[in-house]
Amino acid sequence: MAGAVGRVRAVRAVPGWLAIAVLVAAVLAPAAPAQQPRRGGTLVYISTAQPPSFDGHRETTFAMLHPVKPHYSYLVKFDTQNYPKVVGDLAESWTASRDGLTWTFKIRSGVKFHDGSTLTSRDIKATYDKIIFPKGDVVSARQAMYQSVRAVEAPDPQTVVFRLKYATPGFLEKLASPFNFVYKAEILERDPHWYERNIMGTGPFRFVEYVRGSHWVGRRFEDYYERGKPYLDGYRVLFIASRSAMLAAIKSGQALTEFRGVSPAELADILRSAGDKVAVGTSPWQCNNTVAINTKKKPFDDPRVRRALTLAIDRWGGSQALSEIAFVKPVGAMMLPGGAWAMSDAELARLAGYGRDIAQARQQARALLREAGVPEGFSFTLKNRDISMPYEAVGVYLVDQWRQIGLNVRHEQVEAGRYFADQRAGNYDLVVDFACDFIDDPDVQLLKFLSADVSPVNYGGYIDRQLDALYVRQSRTPDKAQRAALVHQFERRVLDEQAYAFYVLWWQRIIPYWKTLRGYKTTTNHYVEPDLAEYWLAE
Amino acid sequence: MTRYVLTRLALMVPTLVTVAVLIFILVRIVPGDIVELRLVSGGSFVTPGVIEAERQRLGLNRPLSAQFLEWMVGIFRADLGTSMWSGNPVTQEIAIRLPLSLQLAVMATLIATALAIPLGTLAALYRGRWIDHVVQVISVAGLAVPSFWLGILFILFLLGVFRYLPPLTFTPLLENPRANLEQLIWPALAVGYRYSAVTTRMTRSALLEVLREDYVRTAWAKGLARRIIVRRHALRNALLPVITVIGLEFAFLIGGLVVTEQVFNLNGIGKLVVEAISQRDYTLIQGLMLLVALAYLLVNFLVDLIYAWLDPRITYQ
Repeated sequence: MAGAVGRVRAVRAVPGWLAIAVLVAAVLAPAAPAQQPRRGGTLVYISTAQPPSFDGHRETTFAMLHPVKPHYSYLVKFDTQNYPKVVGDLAESWTASRDGLTWTFKIRSGVKFHDGSTLTSRDIKATYDKIIFPKGDVVSARQAMYQSVRAVEAPDPQTVVFRLKYATPGFLEKLASPFNFVYKAEILERDPHWYERNIMGTGPFRFVEYVRGSHWVGRRFEDYYERGKPYLDGYRVLFIASRSAMLAAIKSGQALTEFRGVSPAELADILRSAGDKVAVGTSPWQCNNTVAINTKKKPFDDPRVRRALTLAIDRWGGSQALSEIAFVKPVGAMMLPGGAWAMSDAELARLAGYGRDIAQARQQARALLREAGVPEGFSFTLKNRDISMPYEAVGVYLVDQWRQIGLNVRHEQVEAGRYFADQRAGNYDLVVDFACDFIDDPDVQLLKFLSADVSPVNYGGYIDRQLDALYVRQSRTPDKAQRAALVHQFERRVLDEQAYAFYVLWWQRIIPYWKTLRGYKTTTNHYVEPDLAEYWLAE
Repeated sequence: MTRYVLTRLALMVPTLVTVAVLIFILVRIVPGDIVELRLVSGGSFVTPGVIEAERQRLGLNRPLSAQFLEWMVGIFRADLGTSMWSGNPVTQEIAIRLPLSLQLAVMATLIATALAIPLGTLAALYRGRWIDHVVQVISVAGLAVPSFWLGILFILFLLGVFRYLPPLTFTPLLENPRANLEQLIWPALAVGYRYSAVTTRMTRSALLEVLREDYVRTAWAKGLARRIIVRRHALRNALLPVITVIGLEFAFLIGGLVVTEQVFNLNGIGKLVVEAISQRDYTLIQGLMLLVALAYLLVNFLVDLIYAWLDPRITYQ
């Protein structure tokens, strides 16, 4: 039954007759009996980009994770079958002290690196020291995430202790970052840059070959600590940047899937060609499109104007219409819709631009514009990336929404290099922005919206100490309900009272994959996938 | 002749240096920052300290003159530097892709030449007749249809009718000729067809012009066989502009098959050029542009040498 529901959800993204056909097939199809994982075979999948380096600690892109992560283990990791539950990987068990300042992890014994040496707590300490306290010219992209950590200790070969300066909720989830590959201490001591160009882990697959621009190959590690796993003999990642070539590869079966996501139109194309050989996983996506407003420019320095802009957007109608053509759908505030920190529907409806009566909201928007002295037909530019999915669809929709309150908007799409340069230089009126991360945690999601002198990616340029104080308070509030209340207060201030920025829609992951791929479950983000130790091939 | 060859080779050096200066300046005028593209474009939060450290590591904070000098010194030591994006030597990045691009260029040139010279000759010899019209239609269609679009049609046809897709990874010709040709024949056909269209039209017009020359008329008057007149007297001279076109097209194919390589997922120089530019990988762009410039210079040089072989009136004194 759960499978049928999943399939029903999946076909919502497919337009027209195809949706009906798939829906009927889904309802009539008997639920597949659970099967024993089969050993063998090589999983071939696609990555649409290539890893800049192989070092998880310095990179921020899925393009590094998708080919590289099967070579590594983690201290703790997200369970992709029950995301966002955190489970032990190299850690057998762990405890936190009552005050939350000391976290002690017991490490599995007998875990081997691919070179045959044995992993100890020294390797884990060296790994987290590199992530949290990088030395010299070593770059750690997530150093800021562990500001609460005072020291990492390895009192004996099977124990690792994290000592914190202050207790912080979500610490375990942050440790489980899919970027936190566990490296070998001896190698790091010799050359902290070694892992940028080389692989040596304790993960389920050994490294075989990487041809830049072409492919990446891994082979089963026979001494992997979890007996019987991985099921696959190996995996092969094909680097395919062109969407048409990627679709052709999936349609032909040369690749079984791509773990980031496709658009509804691309899904329809695949289903038309591969039919019932392909299953579809869908999930809200831990990524979104926001609009950053240049609050240093007139008239956008006036909160009334900013409120008018967000009031004019019909998010509920947009969700329905745009989800037919782009991978956007869930309506939400600053935390993942449906997630642990999301506002209730009632709370959400009280935010500017989230009500169901769009006509009334637009009347209110026009009144605010008049009050702020913005004339009918006022012109401005919405800057956007030159990427069709989903930026272009979202940009065009916004232009239309603002046209309906008498504004005249020019949609300017620019390539990535100029897009980031213009944002940084404040060379824009409004810009379609975005955020993606591996974790639905307020510390991570809200950081961007702090005052511009605190957050370098707050391109809106505003300074708001009230927000900064709220952020610190929520970050140090261990009680979940109290913390949620603070988070929602933060959201109301950003999205409603000051309307510094606003969320348009959250993304929706659509993952078509050949049914021969088993054990795969679509999660809310593309960073924790693929989890190749769990996957197997049916034939 | 030896002096001519040496002079031409020596003249390539100032040309390449001029190209190098222009490339160095132009890539830095384009807005964008490799560090931001690498660390921020995924949507994650990265502190300014991390961004600054990365800029420093890549040497982007140093004065432009120092960066340029270092690059130029490297070039004279046959070292094109290190890719800022991947950390691999630029020569290694190019070496991975060059065999595929060269082979594709050679295959497309062979296909184009094999089609263009007979068709162009036939069209000129039967000017205004149905053969000429058919050849004109074929060549105009070739000019009108972009090779990448033809490539997409090939893929759709193969996938739709035969459920077949050419291999997606490159196998060197000597390692497995069948797998190699299976992958490259389709893009070679798509590119070769467009290439042949240009060359067919050039062959036709050049041959028509030569056929009107006095020496050809004399040959007819002497009663020489048509085959000999066309092959030995007319076509040999008509080929001079055709060789120029073939040379320019060949040099273009080394780094210019940007979209076709994307469509067939070929790991060639064209795709690498696009990646390097979109990632603002300065050192890689510089290396690639130098390679393309060098390819043009060498091909033009070879064309000039072939001129002398084809036309004994041309001397290099």
